[in-house]
Amino acid sequence: MSLTDVWVSFPYLIMVGGTLVLMIGVSIVRTHAIALGLTLLTLVFALAALDIGWDHIPAEGYVLFSITRMTGIQVFFNVLFLLGAIVTALFAYSYFDSRAKRCEEFYILLLTATTGAMVLAAATHFASFILGLEILSISLYAMIAYPRDARHPLEAAAKYLVLSAVASTAILMGMALIYAATGTMAFAEINQAAAGGEQSYYLLGQALICVGIAFKLSLVPFHMWTPDVYQGAPAVVTGYVATVSKGAVIAMLVRYVHANDMLSHDGVFYAVAFVAVASMIVGNLLALMQTNLKRLLAYSSIAHLGYLLVAVLVVQTARPELVMETVLIYVVAYFAITLAAFGLVSLTTEAAADETEFLESYTGLFWRNPLLASVLTAVALALAGIPLTVGFIAKFYVFASGVEGAAWALVWALVIGSAIGIYYYLRIVYTLVKEVKPGTVAMAQSSTTGTVAVTVLGIAIVVLGVYPTPLIDAVRTIVQNSGF
Amino acid sequence: MTILSLILFLLGAGLVACLAERIHANAPRWISLVAFGIATGWVLLLWLSGSDAETGFYAAESLAWIPTLGINVILKMDGLSLMLVGLTTVLGIIAVVSSWSEIDENHGFFQFNILWVMAGVVGVFCAYDLFLFFFFWEVMLIPMYFLIAIWGHEDRSYAAMKFFLFTQVSGLLMLVAIVALVWVNYANTGVITFAYEALLNAEMSDTVSALLMFGFFLAFITKLPSVPVHTWLPDAHTQAPTAGSVILAGILLKTGGYGLIRFAVPLFEEASRDFALVAMILGVASILYGGYMAYSQSDFKRLVAYSSIAHMGFILVGVYAFNELGMQGAIVTMIAHGFSTAALFMMAGSLQERLHTREMSKMGGLWLKAPRMGAMTMFFVIASVGMPGLGNFIGEFLVLIGAFKVNVPITVLATIGIVVAAVYGLSLMQRSFQGEPNPQVAAMSDFGFREMSVFAIMIAALVWIGVYPQHVLDLAQPTLDALGVAL
Repeated sequence: MSLTDVWVSFPYLIMVGGTLVLMIGVSIVRTHAIALGLTLLTLVFALAALDIGWDHIPAEGYVLFSITRMTGIQVFFNVLFLLGAIVTALFAYSYFDSRAKRCEEFYILLLTATTGAMVLAAATHFASFILGLEILSISLYAMIAYPRDARHPLEAAAKYLVLSAVASTAILMGMALIYAATGTMAFAEINQAAAGGEQSYYLLGQALICVGIAFKLSLVPFHMWTPDVYQGAPAVVTGYVATVSKGAVIAMLVRYVHANDMLSHDGVFYAVAFVAVASMIVGNLLALMQTNLKRLLAYSSIAHLGYLLVAVLVVQTARPELVMETVLIYVVAYFAITLAAFGLVSLTTEAAADETEFLESYTGLFWRNPLLASVLTAVALALAGIPLTVGFIAKFYVFASGVEGAAWALVWALVIGSAIGIYYYLRIVYTLVKEVKPGTVAMAQSSTTGTVAVTVLGIAIVVLGVYPTPLIDAVRTIVQNSGF
Repeated sequence: MTILSLILFLLGAGLVACLAERIHANAPRWISLVAFGIATGWVLLLWLSGSDAETGFYAAESLAWIPTLGINVILKMDGLSLMLVGLTTVLGIIAVVSSWSEIDENHGFFQFNILWVMAGVVGVFCAYDLFLFFFFWEVMLIPMYFLIAIWGHEDRSYAAMKFFLFTQVSGLLMLVAIVALVWVNYANTGVITFAYEALLNAEMSDTVSALLMFGFFLAFITKLPSVPVHTWLPDAHTQAPTAGSVILAGILLKTGGYGLIRFAVPLFEEASRDFALVAMILGVASILYGGYMAYSQSDFKRLVAYSSIAHMGFILVGVYAFNELGMQGAIVTMIAHGFSTAALFMMAGSLQERLHTREMSKMGGLWLKAPRMGAMTMFFVIASVGMPGLGNFIGEFLVLIGAFKVNVPITVLATIGIVVAAVYGLSLMQRSFQGEPNPQVAAMSDFGFREMSVFAIMIAALVWIGVYPQHVLDLAQPTLDALGVAL
């Protein structure tokens, strides 16, 4: 193990070390604030270590332990995961402080899940792929079920456990088949080895892996679990599931698709394109009927991953740099918007025993709590992809990729999906500005940490929407200076 | 940085107005009024200081925005933009005054929205970068949505949603067309740029050109609006508060006409020429259908709303006549209609405030009770009908002459539209202000100084355009010359 190995793997070491320290710390003193402090410290140190480690990564990437490779893009994703974890920790503090009796273990799970996401993003081999995925998923089961006295989280966790395990099994079976056909498990070698191998095994294996990934990303027709789990899980955990866990799978997917040229096979391409179109249309259509904000956001996230898939699909026809830029910018926007959305849900429901997640309970929020209502307006407009918000910049990039890749059918689906979307996003905005009905339950006074986090996210959504140049420049520099 | 400062000034005034509500309930209105006053003075100064001799622009500026994608803040103001920006700021004053006593809740946020719509519209009229144009195009929708959804009448939720959906969806198609245009140009030249002047020379095949033109065309005729994408307008206008209707009819509709003249036609000249007949037929259909529908309304405001569709049809006919007279006529119509319809919507608002109804069956003989209101309505109905000596006549007459050179049957049908206008205009007058006084109407207050002063502004503007249209024609001429359309 060389010194560079240590530098590059430093963020991972800190995450694992921090988890251990937190575990020991919790067993000595149970203080919520200390647990939060240790978590934040670990995450911030990991961020710093990423920065240091980046200096040691050459442009083409650095192969770590032969099953992962770190490039600028992985560093970028890891930064996002860590930031997402920090925001989640801040929300979780105010959320659990008033609810759960023992909240300290939540942060251990948060750290292990984030570590899993970081491993998954760097994977170049089936071994690291499944390792990262399972560290992430298993932590998530426990996080979803964390308020263990409540019925909904337990139900959601059980659903997620069963279905997610099925998806993992499909992925494992797919890996086995591909290994049988090609004799290799490294992403980059599969394609070449498959040329001489047994095609039917190979395609079946790819199909099974696609199914598993589609499940994890909650793409249609593997989306059934999403609304139930999003609704049942505590809002902070939902935010985390929707962002970090999906972001990690996307990071892996982009590399996987790029490394083994999977989409150059017509059958696979059309299957994935079908999934993308179905996600955009079905996700938006189902969101139309929702009266529950969490379910609405669940369906909307299905549609958004469909949009993102458009960029992944044109990897053959558009410039790879543009595709990668689109994915990174979209993921940044999606993280900011989604975290803000679920953060708001968790903030507004703090004091209530049950989550007031129905859209109706937000009626007239604009006149009751202008700050939170403004952020929620920004979130809704950003999800709809309307200018002044970072959501527009992200959607603009997807349009640009689609047009450059000449994927007109996908662009049409994107237009139709967005058009349907506007309807229910505007309904959120309209609910906020309606006059308050007499007798409406007062919104809970929200906590400081959470309010600050939400406000910062809201400002980021607007500032990056009006002046996206720093984000675009940063992403472009990373994409141009690193191999995939 | 004149234009950018003007936009930022309006945005800033909006924020100040919003916060000033805490100091005094009346403060937002005054801030908004003063802001529009200053902005109008600003535009007037720009006009008086004259245009740059070389470029013909009254102001031009550019600022890096997203340079990596070839997107910059390029704002330029030629004669056409100057006129429309002037119309915007003047109608801003009128919108504020017209809602002076109508709005009794959340003044601060109301004025904030008015100022932000106007800032967005100024941006639309001056943007010379397609991305920036689209940005402003969408930005002006959100405050407008709030104006209708919060302060509108009984069916506001539906109307606001319909308005937003129509414009937003057609806007998405325009966005696809913009991106495709930029990428076509990129494929030819290797440069990604959204600059209007660079894209004017983009080369593309006829099919591509026709498709992209259609994307722009659809967005603009939805905003204009023209048959068959007009259905949002009657609802939005009827449900919006008075200030909202004034802004919608006075200015937002004009962004559609402006877009056709500035973007759809010059960017895709050949395709537009091939498409001209269809566009003119749509225009005539709007004139006749709008007139027919206007006549069948019993709601004062809805009648005016449908009459807007008819008047906007003239713009479509004028622009696609593809000659100087037609274009000039379309531009004059845009300005004149801005004033005349704003006045009629303001009248509808005043009536609703006094009678709590817009139904003309509950009016009748109002002239006796409010002679000043009657006289004002009479004037603007006559103006909108197309009485010689007033602005609307000049516009529609020029359009008809222009169209006559190109297509006689269409011109004949459009002329019939003017007759229809007289029918519904006079019927409006008769049903509301003339005839037997309606016994159900108790005493009602007449216009005071505040209302009369803004009506005086609008009368002056219409008479000015009607008697001496040369100012408007001269201002628009360089724009038409620059279009390079073989007029």
